[in-house]
Amino acid sequence: MLVGESTWVFHQKPKIISSGVVGGPFEAKGNLKDDFDFLYDDLWMHKESFEKSQQLMMEDACNIAIEKGHLQRKDIDFFISGDLINQITPTSFTARTFKIPYLGLFSACATTTESLALAAMIINNNGANFILSGSSSHNAATEKQYRYPTEYGGQKPPTSQWTVTGAGCALVAKEGNGPKITSATLGKIVDLDMTDPFHMGGAMAPAAVDTIITHLSDRNLDPSYYDLIVTGDLGRIGSEIAFDLLKENNIHIQKNQYRDCGVLVYKESQPVNAGASGAACPAVVTYGHLLNKIKRGEIQKMLVVATGALHSPLSIQQNESIPCIAHAVSIEAEVN
Amino acid sequence: MNNKKIINDAKSYKEFQGNKETKRPVFINCVKAFLVGGFICFIGQLISTFYITFFDFTERTAGNPTVATIIFITMLLTGFGVYDHIGQFAGAGTAVPVSGFANAVISSAIEHRTEGFILGVGMNMLKLAGPVIVYGVFSSFLIALLKTIFIKWGGF
Repeated sequence: MLVGESTWVFHQKPKIISSGVVGGPFEAKGNLKDDFDFLYDDLWMHKESFEKSQQLMMEDACNIAIEKGHLQRKDIDFFISGDLINQITPTSFTARTFKIPYLGLFSACATTTESLALAAMIINNNGANFILSGSSSHNAATEKQYRYPTEYGGQKPPTSQWTVTGAGCALVAKEGNGPKITSATLGKIVDLDMTDPFHMGGAMAPAAVDTIITHLSDRNLDPSYYDLIVTGDLGRIGSEIAFDLLKENNIHIQKNQYRDCGVLVYKESQPVNAGASGAACPAVVTYGHLLNKIKRGEIQKMLVVATGALHSPLSIQQNESIPCIAHAVSIEAEVN
Repeated sequence: MNNKKIINDAKSYKEFQGNKETKRPVFINCVKAFLVGGFICFIGQLISTFYITFFDFTERTAGNPTVATIIFITMLLTGFGVYDHIGQFAGAGTAVPVSGFANAVISSAIEHRTEGFILGVGMNMLKLAGPVIVYGVFSSFLIALLKTIFIKWGGF
């Protein structure tokens, strides 16, 4: 049901009955290694190309989610997912393997919440019983497309971020046990004329703030309603900007009430400059670390706001600014 | 909603975020670049002296084998995944010497190996180094032209 400007409230409360989270070797050295279902010790993952490795991770994540949900592939009604690679081939090739009806999405790093929102909406309206929703990225494949060759010795500025190698997938169901999806707010493009592709956090922070404000006002909630408000991949610098922007807009949240997936993934000692990014970043943190927190009862209600920068290398070369978007999904513990 | 502050206006946002953005440490980067770049030149000098002392090279002719040796070392460092880490530390120090050019070519070649030798390696090998060649050749042409004009008509 549409509430306010752009928020859907899900009365049927679709559940996330299981999830699958896969990562690479660099993530295995990070902060959240215990929250992954499987970690590869090599970037190639015994495949001929990094794009194929990414597809493999997506397939793994989906398989794990299906298995943990005690289901079969044929039980899944739809597969809604996307990634960062040109024409989202790793995701589409996963759909080819799985032979499940498929909707391919592109919202860069906001794909995680976009697909989760759509899955919840479809299930809420009795359009399906089980939907797989997720996102993936691969550090080397993404760097190759968006930036420079992996082994190129160019110096990256302190604002740059490290693309997460991984895939995260949630199995959303009409009935079952698990955290429930209560609402979703779809964001609009926010473009404040930022042009530096090595400072994505700064470009995306206003989009996240815009969507959070819209969400709270649409649902008429005080920010203290949520135990945790989590942004997608703003990184250390971007998340500080977002926090201060919220304050400027009279959204007063506590420091310990706000997290950013881009800050959570890696340790301080890892050479990632401002933190993590990539389509997999919000996916692996939300479907691994944060869902585990809900299951352990550490948090009850959270708002996940994944942010995406919708530029391309071509648009940057043509001096276009970076359009950014953020979609929010609220996830709450089952019992209350 | 029009009551949102700062995020409605590009100018005030740029000011706002400019205060928070971590700037590149330009001075320290310059010092690092100077030291590492200088060290690479020092190694080059050692190699050059080695060729002059032990082989039949003069100071003039030792240049080519020295550059080739540096390129070979860079190739190994790039292939073993070390050069990009040195580059992150040194910045211009590893980008400006010939090793930086070699790294740009070799890393592109490695990167596009998965698309095959013709369309991958062949087409992409010079995608980073290409501009250096294009504008290197073009500017040397311009300089040669200017020199010719000055000598022919200037009467020097």
